[in-house]
Amino acid sequence: MTNSNTEIQFKSEIPFYRDERVIKAVAQILSAVLVIGFVIWGVINFQRAAEARGMSLGFDFLDKPAGFPISNPPIEYDPSMSFGRAFVVGLVNTLLVSISGIFVATILGTLLALARLSSNWLLSRLALVYIEFHRNIPLLVLLFIWYFTVFAKLPPVKESITWTSVAYLNQRGIYLTWPRLTDAGHTFVIPFMIGIILAIISFVTLRKRRELTGKDTYYVPISLGLLVIGTMIGLAVSGWKPFWLDQPVLEGFNFQGGLRLTPEFAALFVGLSTYTAAFIAEVVRAGIQAVDRGQMEAARALGLNTVQVLSLVVMPQALRVIIPPMISQYLNLTKNSSLALVIGFQEVFSVGKIAINQAGRAVPVFALVMLTYLALSLLTSFVLNLYNRRIQFVTR
Amino acid sequence: MSIVEIPQEEIRQPLPPGPLKWVKGNLFNNVGNTLITLILLPLIFFAIVNAIIWIVTQADWTPVINFPLLYAVGQYPRDQIWRVGVSLSLIIFMLGVSWGKWGGLLRSISIAVGLTFLLLALLPIQHAQLNLNMRLYLGSNLIWVLLGFGIGRAPFVKVLYIVLGWLLVPVISILLLAGFENSSFLPQIATTLWGGLLVTFLLSAGGILLSFPIGVALALGRRSSLPVVSAFSTIFIEGVRGVPLITILFMFSIILALFLPAESRIDRLLRALMAVTVFSAAYTAENVRGGLQAVPKGQIEAAKAVGMNGLQTMVFIVLPQAIRAVIPAIVGQFISLFKDTTLVVIVGINDFLGIGRSIINSDPEFVQLQLEVYLFIAVVYWIFSYLMSLASRRLETALGVSAKL
Amino acid sequence: MSRKLFPVFALLLVFAFLLAACGGSAEPAPVETVIVTVEVPVAAEAAPAAPSGSGEILSRVIDRGKLVCGSRTDLTGFGYLDENGRNIGFDIDLCRAVAAAVLGDPEAVEFVPLTAADRGPALQTAEVDILSRNLTWNASRDAQWGNFTNVMFYDGQTFMARVDSGINGPEDFDGATVCVTSGTTTEKNVAQYFTDHGWNYEAVIFEETAAVYSAYEEGRCDLTTSDNSQLYAVRTGFANPDEHKIFDFFISKEPLTPAVPHGDDAWFDTVKIVMYALINAEELGVTQANVEQMKNSDDGRIRTLLGNGDDWGYTQLGLDADALARAITAVGNYGELYDRYLGPNGLAFTLPRGLNENYSNGGVIYAPEIK
Repeated sequence: MTNSNTEIQFKSEIPFYRDERVIKAVAQILSAVLVIGFVIWGVINFQRAAEARGMSLGFDFLDKPAGFPISNPPIEYDPSMSFGRAFVVGLVNTLLVSISGIFVATILGTLLALARLSSNWLLSRLALVYIEFHRNIPLLVLLFIWYFTVFAKLPPVKESITWTSVAYLNQRGIYLTWPRLTDAGHTFVIPFMIGIILAIISFVTLRKRRELTGKDTYYVPISLGLLVIGTMIGLAVSGWKPFWLDQPVLEGFNFQGGLRLTPEFAALFVGLSTYTAAFIAEVVRAGIQAVDRGQMEAARALGLNTVQVLSLVVMPQALRVIIPPMISQYLNLTKNSSLALVIGFQEVFSVGKIAINQAGRAVPVFALVMLTYLALSLLTSFVLNLYNRRIQFVTR
Repeated sequence: MSIVEIPQEEIRQPLPPGPLKWVKGNLFNNVGNTLITLILLPLIFFAIVNAIIWIVTQADWTPVINFPLLYAVGQYPRDQIWRVGVSLSLIIFMLGVSWGKWGGLLRSISIAVGLTFLLLALLPIQHAQLNLNMRLYLGSNLIWVLLGFGIGRAPFVKVLYIVLGWLLVPVISILLLAGFENSSFLPQIATTLWGGLLVTFLLSAGGILLSFPIGVALALGRRSSLPVVSAFSTIFIEGVRGVPLITILFMFSIILALFLPAESRIDRLLRALMAVTVFSAAYTAENVRGGLQAVPKGQIEAAKAVGMNGLQTMVFIVLPQAIRAVIPAIVGQFISLFKDTTLVVIVGINDFLGIGRSIINSDPEFVQLQLEVYLFIAVVYWIFSYLMSLASRRLETALGVSAKL
Repeated sequence: MSRKLFPVFALLLVFAFLLAACGGSAEPAPVETVIVTVEVPVAAEAAPAAPSGSGEILSRVIDRGKLVCGSRTDLTGFGYLDENGRNIGFDIDLCRAVAAAVLGDPEAVEFVPLTAADRGPALQTAEVDILSRNLTWNASRDAQWGNFTNVMFYDGQTFMARVDSGINGPEDFDGATVCVTSGTTTEKNVAQYFTDHGWNYEAVIFEETAAVYSAYEEGRCDLTTSDNSQLYAVRTGFANPDEHKIFDFFISKEPLTPAVPHGDDAWFDTVKIVMYALINAEELGVTQANVEQMKNSDDGRIRTLLGNGDDWGYTQLGLDADALARAITAVGNYGELYDRYLGPNGLAFTLPRGLNENYSNGGVIYAPEIK
């Protein structure tokens, strides 16, 4: 900074327009006036337009009946419910496809990165082809291909592709036999959950003790044992029949029962996760390659096997490099889910766009949509940044 | 939509002494790899054979090869199409001039562009729109690039002239494409008629160029010590980066009109360009901020020591280094933007993808041929972005900046 | 750091650095010219600003020498592209007729492709001079969007199903999957229809018309619903049109009508009269081919229509006597226009005229006299 003592001494001789503090103050006021003035100008224009055309800024329409249908709402919805409800349905859809997409994209991306680093030339090239294919084609084109030329071309209901009556694949969607809790099944859940919690606690504490003391605490068998005991108690309490299998059955036009993924959801989910996986693969590969070769060689020299080298030496260090770009990939996937509009999946943006047309409240609806995305983005990056900070701290 | 481009580093396999040894070393070097190879080989073979059979015998490429001009320029009036040609040739000529002056990466790009056009001119396809005139024009681009090269080599051509040329060419091209009201020689051509690759390139190139100064200003603003300026810049950057591009496009194409005076009306293509620019500016700002942080403090102190003031330090010392460091990232962003411009389809602009969709919908029979059309579109996008990413990798080496940002 | 007060100046130089970066050294060129001028020519493309007061749209169309028509490029028969990328279709020709009448040139039209969601705001903000994009006229749109001129196509919403689907009528609709376009009257009508009958259904909703029908044809849905004419248009495009049937009951009235922005009576009248002229021309036997000789017809009504008779009011509207004759020469009379796209030898597909016959042939196409 130039604000040294000498300058302050000569302050009286500096004309005010060269005084740094004055310049700073003026600049701030000017920029504030400019930005705020611009916003006010926009609002005045809007009010004039709104008056002329009888538009309103209020959110009162959220209570009014929406009147339009939504395909396969994940929560209860029909056109007589409110705009607000329709919006929540869209939000649930966005979350569903984002979370499941992130989950699958991460796994697929990591596998691709490992394949890319494989010593098998063919496998490595195949992974490269996959990655370069997805990275250089617009997602929108890929979504069109997935929906209109893959999922829409599946056979009709009566000619479903089926795998031993457990899963059916047809143009109305993917139907899976799905375990559902029986009435007695609710008694299964509590012992089972307790088993899982105990297993996690014992795993973490015993492992930590091992790391501190160097003595083998048998954390793997002990926690597995706790898990098995919890499950067995649960099964016994529920009379050994906690689940029943909900099988899809052809009734009328369509299959009923089972777990159903609509073609729209499936296309978006597959398109988003395969696309993002290519980017994640590059992130993971860069992370693994950032780990010094000497580290791996040293770990091998200590007698660790490949799995141990990867899980104990390479991954913890690679994660430090991987997490920040991974956060932005997760956010990209969430934002990209807005392209669902073109393949008939009603998520936040799509519902918002229909609402704009049917309610005629462009500005409030749109503000709601944008704030929702902003909140999702900020929340995701906040949570993941916390995790990132923890990882960076622990490993240093 | 990702802006983060991870630079590719090829793992160089050690050069094997013979093909047999190579196969042994890379495909059958242990039990696991042998198994993988044995499973993959027939699968890949089967897939490739089937793909070729489909492409050659089963696919119907009518909706792809029947409309070359539509894919290239959309509905741009056919009797005025020379204006697009002249604009394109001007850019190619400037490319040649730059090649003559600087060589290097520009050499490969220029030669590739020239040869591509020659190839297009000699395409062995009978088509009404690919007549002799069109072929002559396409071929002439090779001459333009070579002519440019010759002129660029001449000693009297100063760097300043070339920079000026590059600044003028986009202006001339836009004027030429848009035309003038009440002009008989260059009648005005509404942007609703522009389409295809023309619009795709216009939006991505325009978006990057226009967003660049805004992005730099935002980056400086965000790092500013003035809380108000810094807050506004940060809000803008994070606000834009927090929402999908499609919402910004939609805001500009529909909502913006409500916040402007009733009598002002902005062209639809321009609105899309504004949205793309705003979107890109936020990402440019973050890239440039990284570049600013990479400039060593010693540079600033040294500049101070030789008596430069703050402005001079920023303009002559900090920014040039920062920007040089982020050029690869900006190129990566350009590639992303190139792909992202497809979203303008959703606000009703006929870019390359949009033209493909219009063609599908124009003829009942084409609805059955969607795969062919989309594959063609995918391949075109793939070629352009792959070549650009190749170029960006070479640019990175040429500039001597690593991927530390 | 006060040096950052000057980003404005800095960014002018920055641009030059980018360009110079390939070559190394370059003098910072006068960059500001680029950033400014790149925008100017494109901005000049925007329609000349004119608030829509009385008579202002008409005068702005004449000043501009060009009609801005909100249209679509994706509906066979109504608004689509030929292989040269030229806009054609029933709705498109209505705009050309207006351009021919007002400007003397059916080609002096700028077609702005609009999505279903964009068309309302485009008309409200008077971004387009006329909206002809198979637009249903109803009360709320009349109140909110603009002035609806004259119904040019009587339509109704109905359903289409596969012949072998086992759906023979509404009684089989319960539990069906229905493909529908979002942001239209159709979407709400179908929700209302199924709710009123207490039937279950699964809606599959797309923004783009083409996506709706492609999904239906692939078998994603048992039913699809839209205006009768649109279903006909789409069915001809199917691989096997005979495998699909369109039901013959309507669940709503869909009068397709070109609309103009609110606030300019003269413009509203002009467009309406052009529409009347096309309809009257059919009734009076004036065709594209015989316009010139009909100018000397014995029938006074024809002479007036074609501008060789009394002033029907064109002087008040600022038009010339020949205006309507030019419109008919450009696109033909209503029947020719209909037949060009929808007739037995039409470009698009065949749709029986039904209600859209002239009233003299038992339809409801009826227009006030031009006199």
